[in-house]
Amino acid sequence: MIYLELLIGFLKIGIFSFGGAYGAIPIIREVVLSYGWIDEEKLSYMIAVSESTPGPIMVNMATYIGSDRAGIPGALTATFAVVLPAFLIVIILTLLLKGLIKNGAFKASLGSLKNCVTGVILATGAYMILINCIGGVKDISVDIPAVLLTFSLAVIYFGSAKIFKKGISPIILICIAAVMGVLVYGI
Amino acid sequence: MRSLAELFLTFAKIGLFTFGGGYALIPLIENICVEKKGWITHDEMMNITVIAESTPGPIAINCATYVGLKKKGAAGAIAATLGVVLPSFVIILIISFFFDRFLQIKWVAGAFRGIKLAVGILIVGAAVKMIRKTERKPLPLIVLSISFTAVMLINIFALRVSTIVLMLAAAFAGLAVYFIKRRSGKEAPK
Repeated sequence: MIYLELLIGFLKIGIFSFGGAYGAIPIIREVVLSYGWIDEEKLSYMIAVSESTPGPIMVNMATYIGSDRAGIPGALTATFAVVLPAFLIVIILTLLLKGLIKNGAFKASLGSLKNCVTGVILATGAYMILINCIGGVKDISVDIPAVLLTFSLAVIYFGSAKIFKKGISPIILICIAAVMGVLVYGI
Repeated sequence: MRSLAELFLTFAKIGLFTFGGGYALIPLIENICVEKKGWITHDEMMNITVIAESTPGPIAINCATYVGLKKKGAAGAIAATLGVVLPSFVIILIISFFFDRFLQIKWVAGAFRGIKLAVGILIVGAAVKMIRKTERKPLPLIVLSISFTAVMLINIFALRVSTIVLMLAAAFAGLAVYFIKRRSGKEAPK
Protein backbone atom coordinates (compact mmCIF):
# COMPACT_ATOMS: atom_id res chain seq x y z
CA MET A 1 0.00 0.00 0.00
CA ILE A 2 1.86 3.00 -1.34
CA TYR A 3 0.01 5.63 0.74
CA LEU A 4 0.86 3.89 4.00
CA GLU A 5 4.50 3.54 2.91
CA LEU A 6 4.67 7.24 2.01
CA LEU A 7 3.07 8.14 5.34
CA ILE A 8 5.48 6.03 7.42
CA GLY A 9 8.57 6.90 5.37
CA PHE A 10 8.01 10.64 5.52
CA LEU A 11 6.95 10.61 9.19
CA LYS A 12 10.34 9.01 9.86
CA ILE A 13 12.04 11.80 7.90
CA GLY A 14 10.01 14.46 9.73
CA ILE A 15 10.91 13.03 13.14
CA PHE A 16 14.63 12.44 12.58
CA SER A 17 15.71 15.48 10.60
CA PHE A 18 17.79 17.59 12.97
CA GLY A 19 20.36 20.20 12.05
CA GLY A 20 18.86 22.63 9.55
CA ALA A 21 18.26 22.35 5.83
CA TYR A 22 21.00 19.83 5.06
CA GLY A 23 20.42 17.85 8.24
CA ALA A 24 17.50 16.17 6.54
CA ILE A 25 19.42 14.88 3.52
CA PRO A 26 21.03 11.75 5.05
CA ILE A 27 17.72 10.50 6.45
CA ILE A 28 15.84 11.40 3.25
CA ARG A 29 18.46 9.49 1.27
CA GLU A 30 18.23 6.47 3.55
CA VAL A 31 14.43 6.31 3.44
CA VAL A 32 13.86 6.98 -0.28
CA LEU A 33 16.61 4.57 -1.38
CA SER A 34 15.46 1.81 0.99
CA TYR A 35 11.90 1.98 -0.39
CA GLY A 36 13.30 2.21 -3.92
CA TRP A 37 11.24 5.34 -4.61
CA ILE A 38 14.03 7.00 -6.61
CA ASP A 39 17.66 6.17 -7.39
CA GLU A 40 20.82 7.94 -6.26
CA GLU A 41 21.03 9.90 -9.54
CA LYS A 42 17.49 11.30 -9.38
CA LEU A 43 17.93 12.04 -5.67
CA SER A 44 20.85 14.36 -6.46
CA TYR A 45 18.75 16.07 -9.13
CA MET A 46 15.89 16.58 -6.69
CA ILE A 47 18.19 18.00 -3.99
CA ALA A 48 19.34 20.58 -6.55
CA VAL A 49 15.75 21.34 -7.62
CA SER A 50 14.73 21.72 -3.96
CA GLU A 51 17.64 24.05 -3.32
CA SER A 52 16.61 26.21 -6.30
CA THR A 53 12.89 26.44 -5.50
CA PRO A 54 11.14 27.89 -2.44
CA GLY A 55 10.47 25.76 0.60
CA PRO A 56 12.36 23.38 2.87
CA ILE A 57 14.20 20.53 1.14
CA MET A 58 12.32 17.77 2.96
CA VAL A 59 8.91 19.28 2.09
CA ASN A 60 9.92 19.61 -1.58
CA MET A 61 11.19 16.04 -1.57
CA ALA A 62 7.96 14.75 -0.01
CA THR A 63 5.80 16.54 -2.55
CA TYR A 64 7.90 15.32 -5.47
CA ILE A 65 8.16 11.68 -4.43
CA GLY A 66 4.52 11.52 -3.34
CA SER A 67 3.41 12.90 -6.71
CA ASP A 68 5.84 10.72 -8.65
CA ARG A 69 4.69 7.53 -6.88
CA ALA A 70 0.97 8.16 -6.38
CA GLY A 71 -0.18 11.38 -8.02
CA ILE A 72 -1.74 14.31 -6.15
CA PRO A 73 -3.13 12.15 -3.28
CA GLY A 74 0.41 10.77 -2.84
CA ALA A 75 1.87 14.28 -2.79
CA LEU A 76 -0.66 15.34 -0.15
CA THR A 77 0.01 12.24 1.98
CA ALA A 78 3.80 12.56 1.92
CA THR A 79 3.79 16.34 2.51
CA PHE A 80 1.34 15.97 5.41
CA ALA A 81 3.53 13.25 6.94
CA VAL A 82 6.77 15.22 6.70
CA VAL A 83 5.22 18.39 8.21
CA LEU A 84 3.22 16.75 11.01
CA PRO A 85 6.04 15.98 13.50
CA ALA A 86 7.46 19.53 13.39
CA PHE A 87 3.94 20.94 13.80
CA LEU A 88 3.03 18.74 16.77
CA ILE A 89 6.39 19.13 18.51
CA VAL A 90 6.16 22.93 18.48
CA ILE A 91 2.63 22.80 19.89
CA ILE A 92 3.61 20.32 22.61
CA LEU A 93 6.74 22.27 23.56
CA THR A 94 4.92 25.60 23.66
CA LEU A 95 1.89 24.44 25.58
CA LEU A 96 3.14 21.67 27.84
CA LEU A 97 6.89 21.46 28.13
CA LYS A 98 8.16 25.01 28.34
CA GLY A 99 11.01 24.01 30.66
CA LEU A 100 12.29 21.10 28.58
CA ILE A 101 14.36 23.13 26.15
CA LYS A 102 16.31 24.73 28.99
CA ASN A 103 16.79 21.42 30.80
CA GLY A 104 20.48 20.49 31.07
CA ALA A 105 20.05 16.78 30.34
CA PHE A 106 17.90 17.54 27.28
CA LYS A 107 20.47 20.04 26.02
CA ALA A 108 23.30 17.57 26.56
CA SER A 109 21.65 14.79 24.57
CA LEU A 110 20.53 17.19 21.85
CA GLY A 111 24.04 18.65 21.55
CA SER A 112 25.50 15.19 21.15
CA LEU A 113 22.82 14.28 18.59
CA LYS A 114 23.78 17.36 16.57
CA ASN A 115 27.45 16.35 16.58
CA CYS A 116 26.34 12.97 15.26
CA VAL A 117 24.26 14.61 12.51
CA THR A 118 27.28 16.72 11.50
CA GLY A 119 29.34 13.56 11.00
CA VAL A 120 26.45 11.89 9.15
CA ILE A 121 26.05 14.85 6.76
CA LEU A 122 29.80 14.97 6.07
CA ALA A 123 29.86 11.24 5.30
CA THR A 124 26.77 11.48 3.08
CA GLY A 125 28.28 14.31 1.01
CA ALA A 126 31.68 12.63 0.84
CA TYR A 127 30.13 9.33 -0.27
CA MET A 128 28.03 11.05 -2.95
CA ILE A 129 31.17 12.73 -4.33
CA LEU A 130 33.01 9.40 -4.23
CA ILE A 131 30.23 7.62 -6.16
CA ASN A 132 30.11 10.43 -8.74
CA CYS A 133 33.84 10.08 -9.35
CA ILE A 134 34.39 6.30 -9.30
CA GLY A 135 30.97 5.03 -10.34
CA GLY A 136 30.48 2.57 -7.48
CA VAL A 137 32.31 0.73 -4.77
CA LYS A 138 31.99 -2.76 -6.27
CA ASP A 139 33.04 -2.06 -9.85
CA ILE A 140 35.27 0.97 -9.74
CA SER A 141 35.65 2.93 -12.95
CA VAL A 142 37.16 6.36 -12.57
CA ASP A 143 35.11 8.96 -14.45
CA ILE A 144 37.82 11.48 -15.37
CA PRO A 145 35.51 14.30 -16.62
CA ALA A 146 33.46 13.98 -13.40
CA VAL A 147 36.62 14.12 -11.27
CA LEU A 148 37.82 17.25 -13.05
CA LEU A 149 34.41 18.95 -12.87
CA THR A 150 33.97 18.07 -9.19
CA PHE A 151 37.43 19.42 -8.45
CA SER A 152 36.78 22.72 -10.27
CA LEU A 153 33.39 23.15 -8.61
CA ALA A 154 34.92 22.53 -5.18
CA VAL A 155 37.64 25.10 -5.89
CA ILE A 156 35.00 27.62 -7.01
CA TYR A 157 32.74 27.00 -4.01
CA PHE A 158 35.31 26.85 -1.22
CA GLY A 159 37.65 29.33 -2.93
CA SER A 160 34.92 31.96 -3.23
CA ALA A 161 34.33 31.69 0.53
CA LYS A 162 37.97 32.70 1.03
CA ILE A 163 37.73 35.69 -1.31
CA PHE A 164 34.24 37.06 -0.52
CA LYS A 165 32.98 37.15 3.02
CA LYS A 166 30.03 34.85 2.42
CA GLY A 167 31.17 32.98 -0.67
CA ILE A 168 28.80 32.20 -3.53
CA SER A 169 25.33 30.89 -2.73
CA PRO A 170 24.32 27.27 -3.39
CA ILE A 171 22.03 28.41 -6.22
CA ILE A 172 24.93 30.13 -8.01
CA LEU A 173 27.04 26.97 -7.70
CA ILE A 174 24.15 24.91 -9.12
CA CYS A 175 23.94 27.34 -12.09
CA ILE A 176 27.69 27.13 -12.72
CA ALA A 177 27.50 23.32 -12.53
CA ALA A 178 24.57 23.29 -14.96
CA VAL A 179 26.52 25.36 -17.52
CA MET A 180 29.56 23.11 -17.12
CA GLY A 181 27.32 20.05 -17.46
CA VAL A 182 25.79 21.33 -20.70
CA LEU A 183 29.25 22.07 -22.13
CA VAL A 184 30.76 18.71 -21.14
CA TYR A 185 27.83 16.27 -21.47
CA GLY A 186 25.04 18.06 -23.29
CA ILE A 187 26.45 18.99 -26.67
CA MET B 1 -11.65 34.83 10.52
CA ARG B 2 -9.90 37.81 9.01
CA SER B 3 -6.79 37.29 11.09
CA LEU B 4 -6.71 33.59 10.16
CA ALA B 5 -6.71 34.60 6.50
CA GLU B 6 -4.00 37.14 7.24
CA LEU B 7 -1.85 34.50 8.98
CA PHE B 8 -2.34 32.16 6.04
CA LEU B 9 -1.47 34.77 3.41
CA THR B 10 1.50 36.19 5.30
CA PHE B 11 3.05 32.76 5.76
CA ALA B 12 2.29 31.88 2.14
CA LYS B 13 4.39 34.91 1.23
CA ILE B 14 7.18 33.78 3.56
CA GLY B 15 6.93 30.28 2.06
CA LEU B 16 7.32 31.69 -1.42
CA PHE B 17 10.55 33.49 -0.62
CA THR B 18 12.44 30.87 1.36
CA PHE B 19 14.84 29.26 -1.05
CA GLY B 20 16.46 26.09 0.20
CA GLY B 21 15.05 26.62 3.66
CA GLY B 22 17.17 26.69 6.78
CA TYR B 23 18.29 29.45 9.08
CA ALA B 24 18.45 32.04 6.28
CA LEU B 25 14.75 32.69 6.62
CA ILE B 26 14.81 33.66 10.31
CA PRO B 27 15.62 37.33 9.54
CA LEU B 28 12.74 37.40 7.02
CA ILE B 29 10.27 35.98 9.55
CA GLU B 30 11.55 38.39 12.19
CA ASN B 31 11.14 41.34 9.83
CA ILE B 32 7.55 40.44 8.98
CA CYS B 33 6.20 39.00 12.25
CA VAL B 34 8.01 41.21 14.78
CA GLU B 35 8.66 44.50 13.03
CA LYS B 36 5.88 44.85 10.46
CA LYS B 37 2.96 42.95 11.96
CA GLY B 38 3.85 43.08 15.65
CA TRP B 39 2.44 39.57 16.10
CA ILE B 40 5.16 38.41 18.45
CA THR B 41 7.84 40.14 20.50
CA HIS B 42 11.56 40.08 19.91
CA ASP B 43 12.02 37.75 22.89
CA GLU B 44 9.44 35.34 21.50
CA MET B 45 11.33 35.34 18.21
CA MET B 46 14.49 34.33 20.09
CA ASN B 47 12.45 31.62 21.74
CA ILE B 48 11.28 30.32 18.35
CA THR B 49 14.85 30.20 17.11
CA VAL B 50 15.83 28.04 20.08
CA ILE B 51 12.82 25.75 19.55
CA ALA B 52 13.55 25.47 15.83
CA GLU B 53 17.16 24.56 16.55
CA SER B 54 16.21 21.97 19.17
CA THR B 55 13.45 20.19 17.31
CA PRO B 56 13.36 18.13 14.13
CA GLY B 57 11.71 19.37 10.98
CA PRO B 58 12.06 22.43 8.79
CA ILE B 59 12.57 25.75 10.57
CA ALA B 60 9.89 27.40 8.41
CA ILE B 61 7.31 24.95 9.75
CA ASN B 62 8.44 25.40 13.37
CA CYS B 63 8.18 29.20 13.04
CA ALA B 64 4.80 29.19 11.29
CA THR B 65 3.29 26.82 13.84
CA TYR B 66 4.62 28.86 16.78
CA VAL B 67 3.47 32.25 15.49
CA GLY B 68 0.07 30.87 14.44
CA LEU B 69 -0.40 29.25 17.84
CA LYS B 70 0.52 32.44 19.74
CA LYS B 71 -1.75 34.54 17.59
CA LYS B 72 -4.84 32.40 17.12
CA GLY B 73 -4.47 29.09 18.96
CA ALA B 74 -4.71 25.75 17.18
CA ALA B 75 -6.64 27.19 14.21
CA GLY B 76 -3.94 29.82 13.78
CA ALA B 77 -1.20 27.19 13.92
CA ILE B 78 -2.91 25.22 11.17
CA ALA B 79 -3.56 28.31 9.01
CA ALA B 80 0.05 29.53 9.25
CA THR B 81 1.55 26.07 8.66
CA LEU B 82 -0.68 25.42 5.62
CA GLY B 83 0.26 28.85 4.30
CA VAL B 84 4.01 28.31 4.59
CA VAL B 85 3.83 24.89 2.87
CA LEU B 86 1.41 25.77 0.05
CA PRO B 87 3.70 27.69 -2.36
CA SER B 88 6.44 25.05 -2.46
CA PHE B 89 3.82 22.28 -2.65
CA VAL B 90 2.25 23.80 -5.77
CA ILE B 91 5.61 24.56 -7.41
CA ILE B 92 7.05 21.09 -6.84
CA LEU B 93 3.79 19.42 -7.87
CA ILE B 94 3.94 21.22 -11.23
CA ILE B 95 7.63 20.33 -11.63
CA SER B 96 6.87 16.67 -10.83
CA PHE B 97 4.45 16.47 -13.77
CA PHE B 98 7.10 17.57 -16.29
CA PHE B 99 10.44 16.63 -14.75
CA ASP B 100 10.97 13.23 -16.41
CA ARG B 101 10.08 14.54 -19.87
CA PHE B 102 12.25 17.59 -19.26
CA LEU B 103 15.21 15.31 -18.43
CA GLN B 104 14.93 13.62 -21.83
CA ILE B 105 16.13 16.78 -23.56
CA LYS B 106 19.81 16.24 -24.24
CA TRP B 107 21.21 19.51 -22.92
CA VAL B 108 18.98 19.40 -19.84
CA ALA B 109 20.25 15.91 -19.02
CA GLY B 110 23.79 17.25 -19.46
CA ALA B 111 23.07 20.18 -17.16
CA PHE B 112 21.78 17.82 -14.47
CA ARG B 113 24.84 15.56 -14.76
CA GLY B 114 26.84 18.67 -13.90
CA ILE B 115 24.43 19.73 -11.15
CA LYS B 116 24.68 16.30 -9.55
CA LEU B 117 28.39 16.93 -8.97
CA ALA B 118 27.64 20.25 -7.28
CA VAL B 119 25.17 18.66 -4.86
CA GLY B 120 27.85 16.54 -3.18
CA ILE B 121 29.97 19.65 -2.72
CA LEU B 122 27.05 21.61 -1.25
CA ILE B 123 26.42 18.85 1.29
CA VAL B 124 30.09 18.68 2.29
CA GLY B 125 30.05 22.51 2.49
CA ALA B 126 27.08 22.43 4.88
CA ALA B 127 28.89 19.86 7.04
CA VAL B 128 32.08 21.97 7.09
CA LYS B 129 30.08 24.95 8.38
CA MET B 130 28.64 22.77 11.15
CA ILE B 131 32.09 21.39 12.02
CA ARG B 132 33.39 24.94 12.46
CA LYS B 133 30.68 25.55 15.07
CA THR B 134 31.40 22.26 16.87
CA GLU B 135 32.97 22.61 20.32
CA ARG B 136 36.60 21.50 20.44
CA LYS B 137 36.01 19.06 23.29
CA PRO B 138 36.56 15.28 23.42
CA LEU B 139 32.92 14.12 23.41
CA PRO B 140 31.66 16.19 20.44
CA LEU B 141 34.73 15.34 18.37
CA ILE B 142 34.52 11.61 19.19
CA VAL B 143 30.78 11.47 18.40
CA LEU B 144 31.38 13.34 15.14
CA SER B 145 34.25 11.08 14.00
CA ILE B 146 32.49 7.84 14.94
CA SER B 147 29.32 8.95 13.13
CA PHE B 148 31.30 9.92 10.04
CA THR B 149 33.20 6.61 9.96
CA ALA B 150 30.09 4.56 10.63
CA VAL B 151 28.08 6.17 7.81
CA MET B 152 30.99 5.76 5.37
CA LEU B 153 31.20 2.05 6.25
CA ILE B 154 27.40 1.61 6.08
CA ASN B 155 27.40 3.13 2.59
CA ILE B 156 30.47 1.38 1.24
CA PHE B 157 29.47 -2.08 2.44
CA ALA B 158 25.73 -1.46 1.89
CA LEU B 159 25.01 -2.43 5.51
CA ARG B 160 21.42 -2.43 6.68
CA VAL B 161 21.98 -0.11 9.62
CA SER B 162 19.86 3.00 9.97
CA THR B 163 21.44 6.33 10.85
CA ILE B 164 18.53 6.68 13.29
CA VAL B 165 20.31 4.10 15.47
CA LEU B 166 23.46 6.24 15.40
CA MET B 167 21.50 9.36 16.30
CA LEU B 168 19.79 7.68 19.25
CA ALA B 169 23.13 6.26 20.45
CA ALA B 170 24.73 9.71 20.25
CA ALA B 171 21.86 11.31 22.19
CA PHE B 172 22.19 8.59 24.81
CA ALA B 173 25.96 9.09 25.05
CA GLY B 174 25.43 12.83 25.58
CA LEU B 175 22.92 12.11 28.31
CA ALA B 176 25.15 9.53 30.02
CA VAL B 177 28.18 11.83 30.04
CA TYR B 178 26.00 14.63 31.44
CA PHE B 179 24.88 12.52 34.39
CA ILE B 180 28.35 11.06 35.02
CA LYS B 181 29.81 14.55 35.14
CA ARG B 182 27.06 15.76 37.45
CA ARG B 183 27.48 12.82 39.79
CA SER B 184 31.24 13.23 39.97
CA GLY B 185 30.56 16.78 41.17
CA LYS B 186 32.10 18.56 38.23
CA GLU B 187 30.37 21.47 36.59
CA ALA B 188 27.58 20.23 34.33
CA PRO B 189 28.29 20.66 30.62
CA LYS B 190 26.49 23.50 28.96
